[in-house]
Amino acid sequence: MTQTPMLDVRALRVEFPGRHGTVTALADISLTIQPGEILGVVGESGAGKSMTGLAVLGLLEPPGHVAGGEVWLNGRRIDTLSDHDMEKVRGREIGAIFQDPLTSLNPLFSVGKQLIETIRLHLPLNRTEARQRAIDLLAEVGIPGPETRVDHFPHQFSGGMRQRVVIALALAARPKLIIADEPTTALDVSIQAQITSLLRRLCKDNGTAVMLVTHDMGVIAETADRVAVMYAGRLVEIGPVADVIARPSHPYTRGLMGSIPTLGARVPRLQQIDGAMPRLDAIPQGCAFNPRCPQVMPRCRTERPHLHPSGSGQSACFLNQPAQESAA
Amino acid sequence: MTIPALTVTHLSRLFNVSAPWLNRVIERKPKAYLRAVDDISFSVPSGGCLSLVGESGCGKSTVARLVTGLYTPTNGQMQFANGKNGKPLAAQMIFQDPYASLNPRWRVFDIIAEPLRELKLRETDAEITERVGELLTTVGLAPRDGRKFPHEFSGGQRQRISIARALATEPEFLVCDEPTSALDVSVQAQILNLMRRLQDEMGLTYLFISHDMSVVRHMSDQIAVMYLGRIVEQAATEVLFANPKHPYTQLLLETIPNVTDPKRDREVQSGEVPSPMKPPSGCTFHPRCPQADARCAAERPEMQAYSDGSRVACHRVAETMAALAVPLVGERRLSA
Repeated sequence: MTQTPMLDVRALRVEFPGRHGTVTALADISLTIQPGEILGVVGESGAGKSMTGLAVLGLLEPPGHVAGGEVWLNGRRIDTLSDHDMEKVRGREIGAIFQDPLTSLNPLFSVGKQLIETIRLHLPLNRTEARQRAIDLLAEVGIPGPETRVDHFPHQFSGGMRQRVVIALALAARPKLIIADEPTTALDVSIQAQITSLLRRLCKDNGTAVMLVTHDMGVIAETADRVAVMYAGRLVEIGPVADVIARPSHPYTRGLMGSIPTLGARVPRLQQIDGAMPRLDAIPQGCAFNPRCPQVMPRCRTERPHLHPSGSGQSACFLNQPAQESAA
Repeated sequence: MTIPALTVTHLSRLFNVSAPWLNRVIERKPKAYLRAVDDISFSVPSGGCLSLVGESGCGKSTVARLVTGLYTPTNGQMQFANGKNGKPLAAQMIFQDPYASLNPRWRVFDIIAEPLRELKLRETDAEITERVGELLTTVGLAPRDGRKFPHEFSGGQRQRISIARALATEPEFLVCDEPTSALDVSVQAQILNLMRRLQDEMGLTYLFISHDMSVVRHMSDQIAVMYLGRIVEQAATEVLFANPKHPYTQLLLETIPNVTDPKRDREVQSGEVPSPMKPPSGCTFHPRCPQADARCAAERPEMQAYSDGSRVACHRVAETMAALAVPLVGERRLSA
């Protein structure tokens, strides 16, 4: 890498100690995001994609904690910061957008008041300047009539408009990294398209790095530059989005792509992955995907594959590793 | 054309959303009604699948509930064709949320056996046990799973249980209200494949409700697109995807994220769905429509049938077709 990545996560491990032993929610997560890049994080429910975002933000619910690995933001290690220092990083340097736009906003205050509060917390502006900045932000995210809308309350906005307000809040302090957790899942498709194109534009104009967490491969295909596929708390594949979609190298990614009904050719039967993702307290030995994998080998049941270069990206599968080529 | 399994004509449903009586008197508010379903007509081909698609609040779930009799219609008729036994087709429903539609305190066996017991379809306990085991096997579970409770199953397995329960009464018509939207894609594929297989094996007719165009394309023979309580376009699946006529259908198809052919560099400005409480005049889509003119704001477009079998409610489409001298087939054909 020639450039310092905006976000550099190295071998991140998150554990939840419990009465019946410790559950490993994330293991061995390594990924980087460059300035101005959108990294999509995709996976099924329980794969640990939201957990990755929360771990970077330092918002894990106790007793969950980072048990290993490092998180670097723009050349500075942030996972070891105190809660007090982390509060300054959140909002100022990392913005967050969550799934449900209604619960992210306080219904008792006008959106302007919430924006001004956030702006003044992070930037040295007086009340009038902050209000002007709030209006500018609302205009930037495409809300018509920002001068009047700034005094409206969240319930006066529709779902799509509310999500725009949430994005404006996340942008308030011009963060270098935005973590967007399912930002369009609660929205209708025609509104979803508006929000994803807004994210892309903001990312391009401001050079903001974005971690886009979603379960929707279509959203990833249209928005992200690179994609990381997660399964049972681990990364199984990471690479440029077009390559991962066209030539997935991990059997799970292949199954995932095959199970999506497409608008192109109509098939009589969708490819399906039998079974379901294991619970985090019952992850099989070896590769977590081995009980569902159509190409499982004896080695997969005992040994865990690590991310390894494969094509233009990386995948965690013995099928793609040079040691296996001689055997194949 | 096959005989329709269900014919719906001029179906409407109003909901009374008025303020309480005292408030109306004091604040002089009029009574308020929400027109959830507004004069829609469609028919579902026997053994086929008709899908209703649209965004949230367009009334598609209300139609599902009207068809299964969970709501009574304000206006209009629904006519089921006669089934194999000469009586009108038995309809059953599969609900969206497999977590809310199964009683958490009942064992799976009792959940599936309830319709059998309630409608006295089997005499003895042994017959009921056999039938429940058979149903569980049909949907890809094991008979011994009947002893478990719903919480012991994953979302996809729970949806299989809902399907088994719906099949218990041997229905020939299934109303599926977003059966896969609460599921992950790999599990969604399992359920969609199961539903296709059941359709082939049992000759089921589906009324499929979904907001997901790609799922709808996979499942259905006919698609009806709804917008604010009205059907704006209905056509055979291939016709609709190859040649969407109504501007709203075009917008819907334009905005679906496509995995295989992403449209990355677009700037969408498509506005939002207006409140169904105060629907726009004329064609309800006109405030968002790029082709709207004064006529669209004033006059409500009627459904017109075209020679490729599609029916569209749009002034622009009608004008273009008239200019091209495409013969009208006429709306009456459907009721005939």
